[in-house]
Amino acid sequence: MTLPSPGPLLQMSGMTKRYPGCLANDAVNLTVERNQIHALLGENGAGKSTLVKMIYGVTKPDAGTITWDGQVVNIANPHQAQRLGIGMVFQHFSLFETLTVSENIALGLASAKERVGLRERILRISTEYGLPLEPDRVVHDLSVGERQRIEIVRCLLQNPKLLIMDEPTSVLTPHEAQALFATLRRLAAEGCSILYISHKLEEVRALCSVATIMRQGRNVASCRPADKTVRELAEIMIAADLSAPTPRPARAAEARPRLVLDRLTVRSSHQFGTDLKDISLSVAGGEILGIAGIAGNGQSELMDALSGEVLAGRPETILLDGQPAGHLGPRERRLAGACFIPEERNGHGAVTTMTLAENALLSGFGQGGLVRFGLIDVGRTIAFAERIIRNFDVRTSGVQAEARSLSGGNLQKFLVGREVLQDPGVLIINQPTWGVDAGAALAIHEAIMVLARQGAAVLVISQDLDEVFVLADQVAVIAGGRLSAPVPTRQVTIEDMGRLMGGTAHVEV
Amino acid sequence: MLKFEPRGAESQFWRYGAPVLALLLTGVTAGLIFAVMGRPPGRTVYTLLVAPLLQQDGLEALVVKAAPLILMGVGLSLAYRANVWNIGTDGQFTLGAICGGGVALALPDAPAWGLYPAMMLAGALGGMASGGLVAWLRVRFNASEILTSLMFAYITQYLLVWLVTGPWRDPMGFGFPQTALFSDAAQAPRLIAETNVHLGIALAPLTAVALWVMLEKTLLGFQFRVLGQAARAARFAGFRETRLIWVAMLISGGLAGLAGLLEVTGTLGQLTTTLSPGYGFTAIIVAFLGRLSPLGVVPAGLLLALTYLGGDAAQMNLGLPNAITGIFQGILLFYLLGCDILLNNRLRWTRRGRMAA
Repeated sequence: MTLPSPGPLLQMSGMTKRYPGCLANDAVNLTVERNQIHALLGENGAGKSTLVKMIYGVTKPDAGTITWDGQVVNIANPHQAQRLGIGMVFQHFSLFETLTVSENIALGLASAKERVGLRERILRISTEYGLPLEPDRVVHDLSVGERQRIEIVRCLLQNPKLLIMDEPTSVLTPHEAQALFATLRRLAAEGCSILYISHKLEEVRALCSVATIMRQGRNVASCRPADKTVRELAEIMIAADLSAPTPRPARAAEARPRLVLDRLTVRSSHQFGTDLKDISLSVAGGEILGIAGIAGNGQSELMDALSGEVLAGRPETILLDGQPAGHLGPRERRLAGACFIPEERNGHGAVTTMTLAENALLSGFGQGGLVRFGLIDVGRTIAFAERIIRNFDVRTSGVQAEARSLSGGNLQKFLVGREVLQDPGVLIINQPTWGVDAGAALAIHEAIMVLARQGAAVLVISQDLDEVFVLADQVAVIAGGRLSAPVPTRQVTIEDMGRLMGGTAHVEV
Repeated sequence: MLKFEPRGAESQFWRYGAPVLALLLTGVTAGLIFAVMGRPPGRTVYTLLVAPLLQQDGLEALVVKAAPLILMGVGLSLAYRANVWNIGTDGQFTLGAICGGGVALALPDAPAWGLYPAMMLAGALGGMASGGLVAWLRVRFNASEILTSLMFAYITQYLLVWLVTGPWRDPMGFGFPQTALFSDAAQAPRLIAETNVHLGIALAPLTAVALWVMLEKTLLGFQFRVLGQAARAARFAGFRETRLIWVAMLISGGLAGLAGLLEVTGTLGQLTTTLSPGYGFTAIIVAFLGRLSPLGVVPAGLLLALTYLGGDAAQMNLGLPNAITGIFQGILLFYLLGCDILLNNRLRWTRRGRMAA
């Protein structure tokens, strides 16, 4: 152990990074002291990830200086960051499912020398820091929480002085999250500072001593989170320019159901997927039903079953405007008035290597005479794509631009526009604003609410609780492939939701 | 060091530049091989690629060779765009020739107006049956079409050998493994009298145009392209993968069968143990050289046809083994696939060692 030199551990000033079409970081400053758990707060797209990628050497800054341990450094790659003593646990793990815990950790080590006595070191660290792990278990049998522990242990083996955690609790149950906090506090006390990225304000208040808050690529505030209420923190993070959605008039009680699921049960075709069990729900015209839940609890399986990419067996399991649709494929369900927006934009909702005009055709080919006698009407297809671009403010060079040239937010606006402009009676959308900037998210929320106001039934599947609360009239929680009974949004609290999310997850086998 | 950097968007220049570069590299590599073999590289390449065209009837020989390659290459370009990897067009070609030729042998006295269309139909159906079997195995059992279509190519070849040495052997043929000559009514109609320029030479470019329209302008073609580029997006759109696999295999198989029938009735006039000098495999190169576009296949087919003529010429004039054609084609395919990296990447010279501190 070297004696800590005076001054902060990490000081970043004037960090700037520009991507084509967006200024991800604009002269951002960040100072992390020793023994500190430091929160980096901000919405999706606020620039948190860009900033930490520059610390970890993944992204090269356009301008700015990084001072580490009193020395100005130029961090060229993650390997160098690790040598300096910087570890990072990413939101998405990089583990080989078919290998054991210790094999996975061994793969991440630079040299064979470091592998000597690895098993014992893993066991020592895992007991020392309350990170229970069995080195010989195969990864695909492990829960998400256990997998995260592998990643943390992998970092701790390098004796880091700074551990960066990117939204670590987004995949954890509340109980797992509490255990993680205990570990992090212990690490901080023993001299490893933590940079904790999150947009979960309660957590940050409980765990972190300092918070740096970012918005649209800039620093907006630095504070002691314990001194602020959740509401105050949220206001700083979201800022006043996000107007609250206009409250909608309560829908007529007798509105007829347009989407009904009756005990939908689907075995997942994927080896580690989640089976759907007895899912029943009903969404009336003009109503938005939000389905919350932690990732991997059956959301994508539910989306596939609803879109018709996986058939539900019994026709009566799914009713679209009263018509049995469980046996219909996506094309027939669209003809029955349903539209779908999947979570994954690239290669699922859109073909990235095709133009926007062709992508407009992808789900719109049944609409408005885009295809006649099997021939594509190029003029009308282009007109349709142009209408989407105009109405949804999609920033692009034009209809001939390839989908991959668009930013995530713009492509998502295009895909939402493509479905909404088909005037569906039922809209089903999974993760409407995942990885999308705040402005695009607002536009997408607005479009969903307008569509509902016009009489469509909308089902929103989202892991973002705030989004569910903003949009939905009714909410339900999916956990372990089962759906809780939908309840009116006004009557539930965040705590209720948290309990439902953690409750049955990971119990089912 | 040299490094590839992603471009972000496909380069329009390299879209057409890559095949030309591949061709140049093939010429250089082939020249090196000839030099190692102790032949003058320049003259050998000239004999291989230029001299055949200057001969009498050179152009006629070229288009006759190119017609089957184009017909098959067009079908393959469609299938490959949908990620359906039909490798066995050689077998579909042979089965088409067997079925069409069988009709000719069964009805030696039928009039031309009825016989030849029936033979064309039988040829196309034969190829479709062979391709359809591959599609069925893929759709029903998820068996890789790469393997099954290739295996069927061998099975069909042995079926042909059995037929021409057994039940279909010409009783007047002095025991040679070949069938009787087809009747005059069963010869491919000639576009130009007294030449080998037969119906297939007109059909090949027409088919290319028709399938180009299908691929680029119709919803069916759009479905093929989406399936090939993003299978999950095709499912999202509701395009049925199994149906598209069937259609791709039936079209590529049917065109190969038709090519086989045209070839035996246009040049050979009977069935023998070797109908195809590897046309089906060369058609794979044709499809890739043509950038998997039905229109691009036309010049690509002409070029590969030239390598056949050049191989013959090299054998006769320079005493080189006939394998030279295969070597040349193999090198060309290698460079074609390799040069495609330039479509989405650019070469950059970066200095190493500066970055790591």
